Parts: sequence; structure tokens; C-alpha cells
Amino acid sequence: MIKTAFKGSAFTIYSVSAGLLLGLPIFVIFVSFFSWDSAIWQHLSSTVLPKYITNSLILAFGVGFGATVLGTYLAWLIVNFQFYGRRLVQWLVLLPLAMPAYIIAYTYTGLLDFAGPVQTFIRETLGASAQGYWFPEVRSLSGAIILMSLVLYPYVYILARTAFSEQSQKYREVSELAGVSPTNHFLKVALPLARPAIMTGAALTMMEALADFGTVEYFGVSTFTTGIYRTWFGMGDVNAASQLSGFLCLFVFALIMLEKISRRDSQNYSSRQGKSAKAKPVTGIVAALILFLCCLPVTFGFIIPFAQLASWAISYSDLSSLADYPEYAFNSAMLAGIGAVVIVFMALLFSYAKRLQPSKTVSGFIQFVSLGYALPGTVIAIGVLVPLGWLDIKLNIFTNAWFEMQPGLVFSGTIFALIFAYAIRFMSVALNNTEAGIQRIKPSMDEASIVLGDSPLQRLKRIHIPLLKASLLSASLLVFVDILKELPATLVLRPFNFNTLAVKAFELASDERLIDAALPSITIVLVGILPVILLTKTLDGIEKRHA
Amino acid sequence: MLEINELTLSYGEQKVLQNISIELEQGEIGCFLGPSGCGKTTLLRAIAGFKSVQAGNICVNGTVVSDTKKQLPVAQRRIGVVFQDFALFPHMSVLKNVAYGLSKLAKAEALELAQEAISLVGLSEVQDKYPHELSGGQQQRVAIARALAPKPDLLLLDEPFSSLDPDLRERLSSEIRDIIKKQNITALLITHDQTEAFAMADKIGVLHDHECKQWGTAYDLYHEPATEFIADFVGEGVFIPAKIVAYENDADKSIEPSSEKQWWLETQLGRFLLPEEYLANNTFALGDTAKMLVRPDDLRHQDESVLKATVVGRSFRGAHILYTLRLHDGADKLLCLAPSHHDHKIGESFGIHLEVEHVICFTMVN
Repeated sequence: MIKTAFKGSAFTIYSVSAGLLLGLPIFVIFVSFFSWDSAIWQHLSSTVLPKYITNSLILAFGVGFGATVLGTYLAWLIVNFQFYGRRLVQWLVLLPLAMPAYIIAYTYTGLLDFAGPVQTFIRETLGASAQGYWFPEVRSLSGAIILMSLVLYPYVYILARTAFSEQSQKYREVSELAGVSPTNHFLKVALPLARPAIMTGAALTMMEALADFGTVEYFGVSTFTTGIYRTWFGMGDVNAASQLSGFLCLFVFALIMLEKISRRDSQNYSSRQGKSAKAKPVTGIVAALILFLCCLPVTFGFIIPFAQLASWAISYSDLSSLADYPEYAFNSAMLAGIGAVVIVFMALLFSYAKRLQPSKTVSGFIQFVSLGYALPGTVIAIGVLVPLGWLDIKLNIFTNAWFEMQPGLVFSGTIFALIFAYAIRFMSVALNNTEAGIQRIKPSMDEASIVLGDSPLQRLKRIHIPLLKASLLSASLLVFVDILKELPATLVLRPFNFNTLAVKAFELASDERLIDAALPSITIVLVGILPVILLTKTLDGIEKRHA
Repeated sequence: MLEINELTLSYGEQKVLQNISIELEQGEIGCFLGPSGCGKTTLLRAIAGFKSVQAGNICVNGTVVSDTKKQLPVAQRRIGVVFQDFALFPHMSVLKNVAYGLSKLAKAEALELAQEAISLVGLSEVQDKYPHELSGGQQQRVAIARALAPKPDLLLLDEPFSSLDPDLRERLSSEIRDIIKKQNITALLITHDQTEAFAMADKIGVLHDHECKQWGTAYDLYHEPATEFIADFVGEGVFIPAKIVAYENDADKSIEPSSEKQWWLETQLGRFLLPEEYLANNTFALGDTAKMLVRPDDLRHQDESVLKATVVGRSFRGAHILYTLRLHDGADKLLCLAPSHHDHKIGESFGIHLEVEHVICFTMVN
């Protein structure tokens, strides 16, 4: 087995070793269970652990439910009705993808808290005293659920839209012939058929909810991610932090199972016979109502917070906070740039290795490293920190003994650790693109190149990279933006005094300097719109193919 | 030039081909013909070096390139391949595509060879265009130029015309045959289309049931098929039942006694002498039933014949009409290719006469 696994090219060896390297942190986290400190766990389980578990689960299920409702109804309306403004709406509903949850969280806090414009307005118009009226508290678990649903629903929407638009026109005709009302058709046929796709989307939003750190930390809601962060930074107990991470991973694995099963079902449910359902033209009051319903989530999930951020950024930001802005922006761009190049290159090599030698070993490792997207950034950060910290200590002991010098934290204290963590979390984003791209290249291209005398490396350079240019670019863009938005791993692993836009936005907001946080935040949101544009094009392409 | 000796190919337990032995002389064009799934692509891939060999060997130019122990790397075999889908690199111009396999040469030399190959296929005017700007026929010729540019010893063509429309196929196949012949290159193509095989190849092998049942000229395959499958697969025709008779067992005593051993095939269309090779091979015993191959061009339209058949179907083919006939109700169908001025409607009868140059018959298998 081992012998056959290593037979073949250097690319197979690469994919095995890179796969093992990327799997190291999760391995480290589970190994931590072997050094069990029952005193700490007694303390944790009698104080915070039940809270972590219940809050994390309520958050995940709440966001899963909220995002599913929003995503599904949007997808159904947009696929089935042709109304005025549909093209614009198709693009608009994806915009919340550009809004990181922690940014929408503190924007709404600024909008809705006691001193914010909404409550001030209520007090002024009603003439109410400070305590004379009831207003919901944004900084709460339910607030977190609502806000995260507002930015995460596109995950469900994208998958549901594809599922609905793939449903054959015939199904609707069958229902019409049988005298089944459109509502009943939706409930009895369309929704059950799209269910696996919707479940996949829901599982993804729940993973994001479990992984979230910025929102819950800012809102003061204790979940696993904030717990891990506090155990590590507050109590300095890396072992307990690892073990908490391990627990969180168990929930994540359950979601991964749900996602994989749903994806498999969704393939069984896909029914490509005949033409896809045509959108029904509607006008007048119905069209206006649909347009209103379609614009509702994006209004709250993007337009209002974006407008608030923009007005803060333009009118209130004081110049002193601007002075550091180029530095953060540069740090962010550099980090995201290096990360994008490294990760996309690694993904390309993985995909190419599979192309050369489609063995179980290579495909297995590709599937394994693709799971990183489900791991919360906090968990990855702890998993990266432990082995790299150990490595740095050993390195310093070694160099001290032999060369009487100590290079310091070469691995754990530099951007190396960050890129390592990003590679784990965002490898699947890059792999999705490189895999799809490389599959589109016909196998005869490879054979032609072999017959004409190319080595595998020459073939990669002369055939695959030129043909994959578009896939590599879109992969780089997606990874770039994801790194730019990433908060928890960056927060934990960044070198001392190294600030990025995301870190600075979060820190300023945590210090109640919401207005100063607006400029870095709006930069992140604006850059985040780029992949949304890319996604719109891809989705349009899919729909055209099915039309 | 190309020699395949007792070659066996399989994927794991799954046997694809066995005991394939053929030979091609320098400058000859060979062809493997077979229905889809018969293993012809696997055979081509084995010759190119993409697939390992389970028994036997493949020699090119007197050197063993593949046997069970070694497999010369694809690039060292000096083989050119024209792929079914052409596999032109979409991001390269015609010239770059053709020069692709010449990258180890000096730039000027590579350019010269590439341009030579392009002019050979008559595409010099479009050498700076990209594959998507060319017609299907032009793409096909670029693929051939690219395969020929490194001056290979052997050219392999994988269903070279299948992605082109039928009109183009015929014209292009003779054009490409001319190019290959002019270069005196040994070539081997695989196809499921017999007209393509007949138009291009000097020698044809029919693959069936994991084996190459016959390796010969188109004439051999058509008129002297080695197996029932080949008789059926190549060209049109029907089998009619026959009984093996001789003087000794002649019921109505109409066979003349002879000093030589002579056996006959007694059929509804008359009596035919069983060729000697069947006697030598002891294929039949007296009284056996057999089936005899009747090609549509063996069955002649003859008004004065006492044997009349009824038209049950007809298909006009220009100079000829292919009639489907029946001797009497319940009898097997016959095919007759008659000059098209013999115009008969369905239901009419006319006289027929069977004239066979090569009697081909097989044992009856139930």
C-alpha cells in the first residue's frame, strides 16, 4: 500500500507531505486530550462550559434557521417570477456576502444603542424619558442570530437558487394539470426536491456561526470560540484551549457529515430532464410586493449598515486615526497577497498531482485538506500555535547551543504562522477553483503533450497554467478577500504590533470607537464586493446553461 | 516497421484483447476496425505507450517498445498521435501548436520544421490563427501537422474523422491518405467506420471478441471473411441455410459421380461446390447444415431465371437499387443489388440468379 502510494511522481509525494502538514494542527488539538487536567475541567464545567455549549448550539441552529428561511424564499421568488428589477435584485441579494458578521454587528450596535440615531429619534418624537420605553437589546444572543442570518443567508440562497432553477418545467406542468396550486406545488414538489441543497447551505451557515468570533465577542455572548480565546489569552492555558477546540471540532464534524450527506442526496435529487422552469412574468401590485420582499434582507443585511459605515467614514473619522490607515491597509494587502499566491499555488499542485496520478492517496488527501474551511479560525490558530511554538523553542535551544544566538520566534511569531493558518482554512476555496478548472481540460491535451515529449513539469508550465489562468485568478481573488476579512486567526497569530484592517476594525470597535472603526471596515466591505461580482457572473453562467 | 506479437491487454482481471499479431511494412497504412467497446482504443494506447502490456510485445522499427517487462516512455517512441478530438492547445496559434513537440530543437530549426509540416497539410495561410478560428477540417489537418512535425517513425490516428461531418470525411480521408503516402510514413488508424477504413488503409484488422480475427486487405475482408462476425460486420449480406451433400447421399441422384472428393452446398438458390479448404479443414461432415454468405452483388437480376423472388423492401442508391427479397412466404430475406433501371415496386416479383466467386460458409451454431 505504502509502496504504491509513493510510486510515481514528485507531485504525489508533495500532496502527501503537504496534506500531512496541513493536517498537523488538527492532530495536535486531538492529541491534547491525552494530557487531561481534571481540575481545570471541573472548574470549566461548573462555570462556563454549559454556557458555551448552549450558546454555541442556539447560535448555530438559530442562524441556520434564519438563513434558510431568508435564502429559500429569495431563491424561490427570483427563480420563478419575472418582475421589474429582477436582474438588479439577483446581484443585490448577494451583497451581504461582502459584509463580515463582526462589522455588521458593531454597525447595528452604533445604530440601535441608547445614544444611536434610532433611539434618539424615538425619544425626541415621543418625548419619552430615558427609561420610559422598551427597546430590544442588540448586544444579545438573539441580536447575534438575526444579524448573522442577515449576512449568511446567501450561502443558502446560492445553492437553493441553483436547485430551483434546475427543476424541470415539466414538474410545474404536471402540478398545473393536476390542479395543484402554486403554493402546494412549492411545498409538495419544489421544496422537497431542493431540500438537500438547502440543507447543504444551512450546514455551511451553521459552520460559519460556530466559527464566528468577532460578533459574539463584541456582543459579550460566551461561546466556544470566545471561550477558547479567553482560556488562551486570559488563563494562558494552551492545553485547555486545545481541548475546548477539540470539543468544538466535534460539533463541526457533525455539520460536515450533514453537509456531505446533503450534497450526496442533492445529486440524487437533481433531475435534468427537459427545460428548466421558466420565470413567470408578473406586473403591478404582485411585482411590487415581490420586489419589496426581495429587497428586504439586503436592505438590512447590507444597504443600511453600509450607508451607516460610509457616513461615519466620511464625516466623523478624525484625521489622527487616518495616519495609521495606510499601514494597516498595506499589511492586509501584503498578507492577503502572499496568502493568495501561496495557497493557490499549493492548490494547483494538489490538483495537478491528482491529474497525474488519480490515486486514492492523492484524492484522499485533497478531500482531507478541503475540510479546513469548516474549522473555526480560533481552533486553527491554537492548532498552529502549539507545534510552531514548540519548533521555535527547539530551534532557539539548538542555535543557542551551536551558534550562541537566538533567532527568536521564527515560525510562531511571524507571518509564517498566519499563512499556515490561512492555508488550512482557505485551501478548499482555492481547490474548488483549481479542481473545476483542471477537469475542464480534456485528458487528450495531456496525452498530446506527453506524445510530443513534455515532462510533467513542462506540461504544467506550458499547458495547464496557461489554460487555468482564469481559474487561478478567480481562486486568488477569493482567497485574497477571505484573508482580508479573516479575524480570529489573525488576532491570535499576528506578529507583535502587526495590525491589519480586520484586526484594527475589531479593536477600535471593542474600544467603543465605532466611528474610527468605520474606515478600515468599509475598506474590507468594498474589497469584498469583488468576489460577489465574480459570483454573479458564475451563477448567471450556470443559469444560462440550464435555460 | 510495426510489429505486434501475441499481444494481450487487460485492465486488472478484465481482459480487453488477446493474441493480437500483426505486421506493417514501412509506408503502409494499417487500420483496426471494430464496434465501439471492442478494445481498439486500448490497443492504440498500448502502442503509443500509455498502457502497459500483459503479454506479448510491440516492436517499432525493430526495437521492442513494450513487453511485459519494459515499457519505453511515450516520448522516446518516436510516435505521432492524432487524437479523436484533435487535442489542439486552445491557447496556442497553429504554428505554436505544430512547433510544440520541437521545443528541444534550436528555435530556427523548430520553426522551419513546423512550417514545413504546416505547408504539407496546406495551411500556411492560417498559421497565426488560433484553433477556435478554424473549421473542423482545418483543425484536423493542424492535428496531423503537429503529429508529423517531429518526423515520427509511426503515426497513430484515433478515429480521425469521427468528429467531422460525413461530407468532409470522404474528402479529407483521401487527402490525408495522400499526405501520409507522400511522406512514406507508416500509419495505423482505428475506427468503427468501415468506409473510412476502406478509404484509408492498405491492411485492415477486425477486432471482435477480444481478438483480431483477420488481418488483410479490404478485398479479403469483404470477399473472404474469416469469421461469421466479419462477414456480417463488413459490408452487407445475408446468410442462407445450406446442406452439405455429395454423390453418396444425394437423394434425387442429380449429382454426377466424380473421381475427386466433391461436396456440395445445397441451398434454395441452387447447388454450390464446397471449396477445398473446407474439406481440408474437415469443417463439415456430410449431411451437416451450414450457412452460406450471399452478398447483394452476388445475387443477379435475371429475367429469364426460373427462380423468382418477391420484393419486400427497396432502397434507392443512385446507380443501383438494393432490393430486399423473399423467395416465398416465411423464407429468409435476401439482398440483391440491381442496376437501377430494373425498377420494381414492393410486391412485384423478378427472376434472380446467384453467382458466387468465393463460396463462404460457416457451421450452423444454434
